Amino acid sequence: MNLRNLAAVIAGGLFGAGLMLSGMTDTAKVQGFLDVLGAWDPTLIFVMGGAIVPMFIAWRIAAMRRMPALGGAFPPPSTDDLGRRLVVGSVMFGMGWGLAGLCPGPALASLSYGGIGGLVFLAAMATGMFAAPPVARRLEPAM
Amino acid sequence: MEQDWIWGLVGGGLIGLGAAFYLLVNGRIMGASGILGAVVDGSARETRSERLWFLAGVIGVPAVLMLVTGGAPDTNLTGNWVVVIAAGLLVGLGTRLANGCTSGHGVCGISRLSIRGIVATLIYIGAGVLTVALFRHALGVI
Repeated sequence: MNLRNLAAVIAGGLFGAGLMLSGMTDTAKVQGFLDVLGAWDPTLIFVMGGAIVPMFIAWRIAAMRRMPALGGAFPPPSTDDLGRRLVVGSVMFGMGWGLAGLCPGPALASLSYGGIGGLVFLAAMATGMFAAPPVARRLEPAM
Repeated sequence: MEQDWIWGLVGGGLIGLGAAFYLLVNGRIMGASGILGAVVDGSARETRSERLWFLAGVIGVPAVLMLVTGGAPDTNLTGNWVVVIAAGLLVGLGTRLANGCTSGHGVCGISRLSIRGIVATLIYIGAGVLTVALFRHALGVI
């Protein structure tokens, strides 16, 4: 295993542990956050806030460095492209997220304890991902 | 219930550390849908093994934590298969069209003040709120 793979499994492990410990693999907590008409659950805001702070610092550090620790390049600056793909895709994602209370990270993190339902969700999600490239070309033919 | 926000903050901090580590060491944005999606649709070639190791960490560390602590949190996922499958398809297709989900657009995008990340996050939270309002309170399905 090379160093890039080692760093990837460490980053993934921190991500998975964080999702499990934060309660974000509990669909009731996620749907509780989205349920503004019911018993609203603010936990997701604390998770997002707790994650954004170290990442905000990391982007500042990245801006001061020439390259990542293992070489290569940092991601290019974000564009301001708010095209149909971003809007249509985010609406679809939000609908699925509301229906089941799962998004891609927690669906992966809870694979070992999410039962058959979690497995079926992950399989359906992978199918949707597989189907995305031709749909994307239809939404934005030039891209 | 009262410690939920503390666990949220602690878990969120770990998520942010993972994202910071992935950016500063490998130079990559930690987005779950992008990392998995490019493996699924075959668009990742030279980064494939790195992505698979990342996924092994995401899946494996909670599995180890479950074995060590002797338990795992309940996922409370609905038993309605139509809802599970429809939701999975929408999440998979939607996140790949939008090029990001809660981790990529949410955590990594908002923290760099990306307009795309902020707009995507507002849209998917809005769509999620409307979906729960409709399917839970109007239709009683979820």
